[in-house]
Order: sequence, then structure tokens, then C-alpha cells
Amino acid sequence: MNKNCLLCGVGGQGVVLASKLIAYAALEKGLKVRTSETIGMSQRGGSVVSHVRMGEEIYSPMIPMHSADVILAFEPAEAVRNLSYLKKGGVAVVNKKAVKPVTAALGQSPYDGEEMLCCLRKQVEQLYVVDGEEICRRAGSPKVLNVALLGAALGSGALGLSPGDIERQLEGAVKPQFAAVNREALRMGAALAQNRPGYERPEER
Amino acid sequence: MAKRLLMGNEAIGLAAVRAGVNLVCGYPGTPSTEILETVAANNQDKRIHVQWSVNEKAALEVAAGGAYAGARTLVTMKQVGLNVASDPLMSLAYVGVKGGMVIVAADDPGPISSQTEQDTRHFGAFSKLPVFDPVSPEEAFDMVGEAFDLSEQYHTPVILRPTTRVCHGCAGIETGESQKRKAPEGFVKDTARWVIFPRLSYENHKKIEARNVELSKVFSSCRYNWIEGDLEAEKGIASGGVSYTYMKETDLEGVKILKIGTPHPFPEELAVQFLTGLSEVLVLEELDPVIEKELVYVAGKYHLPVTVRGKLTKDTKNAGENSVESVREDLSRFLPECKNLRKQAEEADKAGEVPKLPVRPPVLCAGCPHRASFYAVKEAVGQRKAVYSGDIGCYTLGNAKPLDMVDTCLCMGADVTVAQGLHIIEPDAVNFSFIGDSTFFASGITGVVNAVYNGTDIILVVLDNSTTAMTGHQPHPGTGVTMMGDVTQKVSIEKVLEGIGVQKIVTADPLNLSEAVAAVRDVMEGSKVRAVIFRSPCIAVTKAASRYKVEESKCTSCGQCIRKLGCPAITRKKEQVWIEPSLCFGCGVCAQICKFHAIKEVSGHE
Ligand SMILES: Cc1ncc(C[n+]2csc(CCOP(=O)(O)OP(=O)(O)O)c2C)c(N)n1
Repeated sequence: MNKNCLLCGVGGQGVVLASKLIAYAALEKGLKVRTSETIGMSQRGGSVVSHVRMGEEIYSPMIPMHSADVILAFEPAEAVRNLSYLKKGGVAVVNKKAVKPVTAALGQSPYDGEEMLCCLRKQVEQLYVVDGEEICRRAGSPKVLNVALLGAALGSGALGLSPGDIERQLEGAVKPQFAAVNREALRMGAALAQNRPGYERPEER
Repeated sequence: MAKRLLMGNEAIGLAAVRAGVNLVCGYPGTPSTEILETVAANNQDKRIHVQWSVNEKAALEVAAGGAYAGARTLVTMKQVGLNVASDPLMSLAYVGVKGGMVIVAADDPGPISSQTEQDTRHFGAFSKLPVFDPVSPEEAFDMVGEAFDLSEQYHTPVILRPTTRVCHGCAGIETGESQKRKAPEGFVKDTARWVIFPRLSYENHKKIEARNVELSKVFSSCRYNWIEGDLEAEKGIASGGVSYTYMKETDLEGVKILKIGTPHPFPEELAVQFLTGLSEVLVLEELDPVIEKELVYVAGKYHLPVTVRGKLTKDTKNAGENSVESVREDLSRFLPECKNLRKQAEEADKAGEVPKLPVRPPVLCAGCPHRASFYAVKEAVGQRKAVYSGDIGCYTLGNAKPLDMVDTCLCMGADVTVAQGLHIIEPDAVNFSFIGDSTFFASGITGVVNAVYNGTDIILVVLDNSTTAMTGHQPHPGTGVTMMGDVTQKVSIEKVLEGIGVQKIVTADPLNLSEAVAAVRDVMEGSKVRAVIFRSPCIAVTKAASRYKVEESKCTSCGQCIRKLGCPAITRKKEQVWIEPSLCFGCGVCAQICKFHAIKEVSGHE
């Protein structure tokens, strides 16, 4: 069975590293893997997307619409922007904090993160809203947002990978001095989605 | 052997290392940049000479020289880079090479990060060179070694043309062992071979035409071109590049499929075999209708009763990139009998209502020195009539509001020369030209010589951030480091300008606003070519010294800092102006423009 995970956010949030970790872990499990990254102009604060596909038979590096098992969104509006990739019944893990574009501050394009979360609550059956800022604060580093969110996605079980699978990949992917905080953030993220206190539960309906 | 996760560009770079490449040159450009960087990262013994050349023309010529001396050489660039390198390319096609030479020009359907949607396959046909067109990172990896072999066998450069989704897509790849790197034979003098003259070009032209007929036959049985699917079908699909993979994602049945990996010279015999027995063909490809035209030609030449559909017949779109969805839609129209396709396409149409999404154009980073430079020029100019010619790099983003300081942008280097044309026709305007340091070396210098020679009034503003930022921070001649890891002589922008004869050259730190504004005012007084060099490193190549915060007791919430600078770190929390600490880089420009002295430096981690 193929698994598709779409990661989205704003340039500079660490989306690419998170997608690499998933891909490494899948490859280690002997799966076929394809990914597609946003590299270039958009990395300067624009919308970025990574597609990760793993399984037995994969051709396109991009996930077809309505077939992502998981959307891992670093920002609420980016989750909404990519919502049509999510398959029916798929999981969305969304960071709570909105990143306002400069255009919003200038008043050209008003934007409210809460409105986006509302839309997600209505349309996504399995939604996990994660307070990434809080996890970063507890883990003691603002740079572990990507791993924290990834942890929540793993905790949901929808990726077919375990937190341990990713932990093994962390070694090679981050500098040794940051391995511990990243592990910590990964575990906190996973615990959230595994229904422990201190996070927003998937919406009941 | 275990598979490694490699990005298409890494695969191409590693394949070149595996193929025993001796010399690798290039100029950065999305989506090609990581190829050369991969070679440099896999060159511990320094047996490969790797260089960022000053531009693509230089890169191609250096690589040609290496190949004349019998070396295996690789040149990398983005598609528009081949425009810059087209002069040597066209002639080199006639002269040929001795060692294997592979030219990678990466195309960018969309375009996602480029000025044009040009199609390098045309450059193959135009220069009469063989072209390989991979569908995936794996295929790109395999093609590199074969391109080198073909190049050596036929003494011709070979083009590899991946597209963004292949370059920036990753796949698990078995990389195998490196081939033994051969010591190049060296240059053997032979003026009848290496000195291009009209007579030589005429003789070689005949040989090239004959060779391409042969190559078309060779390619008909090449492993990158094949026929698959239902061989008895009446409808066929022809495809190449990443579009082929999109087609494979759809639920297709009852069609014959042609996959093309060498669009030039076109594998004619295979195409005849494919078209025979078909009544209709749909071509799925990105950018220009290259395969489509070839099939129309083959059908006509062999009087085959088949209709070829694609971009020319408006059955597929002729701009932008393809996707699984666009391809599925094209297919469901072409194959109405194929129920699965229609069902999939209809499903894709259903989408829930969503609120209006914020637009998120790329912006100059918080702390970017370019923002300060643009602001300083704007302040200095005030109400005077001025036109700002910009160029390609991060600083193109200075066009966004509120800065609005880029009035023109064409191609690399054109800021300097377009400003001259504008000024000649409208001499009452002050004409600024903004150019980045890497762009200055790549193609700005000739424009300055032109202005000095012709005595045109322009103000050149060099935005020296000590790196090639837009493409991911590569070193360049002004940085003093090379891709061999060596420290080398820095080429001084001041001295270059002095040498050309620019009379007035002022260097300033843009983050010191009063100094920066004074520098611009100073040069605005004079005439002829004047230059300001704004020197301050890109935030990606330095560490943040401190950060700034708003003192709420002094802040009047006037919003001047937001409205004037457009810094992504400055927003409002409710009404209160707020500097996001995780984004602030401590440039201090906002503090310098705040009339109420309400923005203060915070040192360390307060
Ligand atoms: C002919 C050509 N080659 C390469 C590129 C890719 N490219 C875009 S911007 C740029 C250079 C940017 O460096 P610099 O001028 O120093 O400006 P910065 O991004 O650092 O502000 C390059 C090489 C291009 N657009 N055109």
C-alpha cells in the first residue's frame, strides 16, 4: 500500500528536513520512495510544499489530488491551501500559529489564522491542531518545530512509520549537539497525537 | 547494495563522479545548482577540478578546453544559462571534442524560478547536438554515464536536459562503484581540427548531418525509448520527461504508449513502429510541442493515416507545467471510452469551500541588507524623477510594496544597460541601476564599460552581500573562496570600476542609514557613470548580533516602520506594533527610522 504525506509551510520553517526524515525512514524499511521539494525563489518567505510518497509502485514525484494520507502543515493557511490533496478520511496535523505575510501587515491582504482553523475543523475528519510554539518552548529550542509536528503525524499512526523509525534518522540529519532536543520534540509531538493531555484532541463530530 | 535517497541533481552529480569526470564547471541557477555542489562535496581527494565559473559562457568554454585535452568534463546551468553560453555552444557543435563532454541545462516548466519557459530540446535541434531527457532521478543517473560514452564515441558534446521536478525530486538510487578516473591524454595540436574556419564548418556540417541520421537509428533501439501498453490499440499516447510519470499514475487501458528519452535526434524508426496501426495519438509533454512536431513530421513523411493531438491542436495546454490532474483531464477527453479516467477526473473536481487565502509572495528576509539599500536610495531621491532598473537575484524582491524600487528587470546584467537606454531617451530622469555582486561579475561589467565609453549618465548601485544569495549562497569571484575549498584572491569591485574609469565610487554600509543616504546624495550630484557600493553580508552568511524590540511605552503605533520597510519581522499584535523575535536579525534599520525612538536593541537572549 502506498502512503503519501504532503508537508507544507512557509519558506524557512524547516519543511524540507522533515520530508527528508520521512523519506530516509521509508527507504530504510525497503520501500520505494519519491519526493518533490520546493527549492528556489519561494524559499524566501513564500509558500513551500514537499511531497513524500512511499510504497511499492510510485511513478509521479508529486502526490495526486485527494490522495494524501497525511497533511503536515506548519501553518494553518498553508494547510487550507493544500487541503485538496488530502484524501477522504485522511489526517491533517496543523501547527496552531499563523505566520502573517508582510502583505497582511501592510493591510493589503487581511489574514486571520483562526478562520483557517475553523475551516479545517469543518472539513477534516482527523484533525490534530498542535501548539508547536509550546513544544519548542518546552524542548528549549525554536528550531525543532518541524520535528515536533512530524512527531504528531507519527503519533497519529497514519504514516505507517513509528517515532523510533524517525529517531534513527535524526542521528545523521542534525548536528550531534542538537540530537537530544530534536528527540525530545519528536517524542512530545508523538505523545500529543497519542491522546495524552495538553493538546487539542482530534475534533469529535 | 543499499539504495540512497538522492535528489535528481545529486544523482546527476554523483553519476558524473562515478563516470570518472575530470573537470566540472557551471554557474548557479535553479533548478540546476545542486549538481555541481554534489560533485564538490564528493571530491575529498581533489582529483576533480570543480569551479563556479563567472558565468555560463565561461563555464562552457573552460569545459570545452578540458575536453579538447581529452578530459571528461561536465557543465551545469539553468536553461537561460544556455542563452548566455549559446555562442560557444553553437560553434563547439561544429568543432566537437576529444574527451567526453556533457552539458546539463535544466528546464523549468511553470516557470517556478525562471524568467522564461524556454525548451532546451530546441537548443539540441538548433545546435544539432544529441539530447537526453530523463523522466526520473534514476533515469537521470543512468543517462549521465551513457551521455559521456556517446560523447566520446562521436566526439560531440551531449546535452542532458532534466526539468525541475526531476532535479528537485528524490528517489532511492543504487549508486554502484566509481569507474576508474582516466588521466586525460592531453591536448594534441591539430589546427585542422581545433581552429574553426568557414571551410572546416562546411565540412563538419556535412558530417554532423550524417551522424545525426545514424544517431536517430541508434536511438531507435536505445533503452530510454520504448513502446509499451496495448500493441493492437488504435489510440496511442506519446510522452517524455516527468509527464510520462503523471500518465503512469492514471488508470489507463487499451492504449499503445511511446516513451521518448532522446528527443534529438528523434528515433524515427521507433516512431514509425509506434504510429503504424494507430488512428489517433495524444502527446503529453511540457514546454514546447517537440515530440508532437516530430510525430507530425514522421506521419507525413511515411503517409501514415494518423491524427496527432497535443499543444498544436489545443488538446493540451501550451504553457505552465503538467500535473497528474492536468494529464488525467487531457486523457479523459482523448479517451472518453475509458470510464475509470472520467471517474477519477470528476472526483478531483470536488472541493469544499475555503476562506480567502493570504497571498504569500516571496519577500526580502528580515535583516536583509538589500532592504536598507533600497530604502536609502528612496530617501535620497525624494521627489526627483528617477527610474530604477533592477536585475535578477534576491534584490528583484525590492519591487514589492512598500519599497517598490524595481521598475525594470529583464535578464542578468540588463539593469546596467537598460538604464542607459532609458536615460538616453529621457535624460531628465535620474537612472539608477541595481546589481548584485554575483550578477556584477557574471554580466554587469561589460555594461559599465559601455556606459563609460559612451558617456551615459547612470548611477550604478552594487548590492554586495558577499554571496550569490538567490540560488542558495554560492561563492563568486568577489568572495575569495572556491569550490575546491581553497582561499583565493578576491576580485575587488572598486578596483574593477576604477580600472574601467568610473570617476566617482563611494562605498557605504547600508545598515547605517545616514551614511547610506549621504553616499547616494553624494553621487547624485555628479554626471557620467557614478557608483555606490553597498556592502553588508547576506544574513545567511553571518550571525545575528542582537535583536530589536518595541518599547510599548514610547510606541505611538503610527506604523511608519511597517509601511516604509515591509520587514517580515514587524507586524501588529492587535494594534500594537510587534517585532517577532524569532525572525528579527538585528539589522536595526527600523530603529533608525522610528521618529519616537521606540525601537530598542536587545542584546543576548533577553
Ligand atoms: C543567465 C542566468 N544565469 C543564472 C541565473 C540564476 N540566478 C538568478 S539570480 C542569480 C545571482 C544572484 O546573485 P547576486 O547578483 O549576488 O544577488 P543576490 O541574490 O545575492 O542578492 C543567479 C545566478 C539566471 N537567472 N540567469
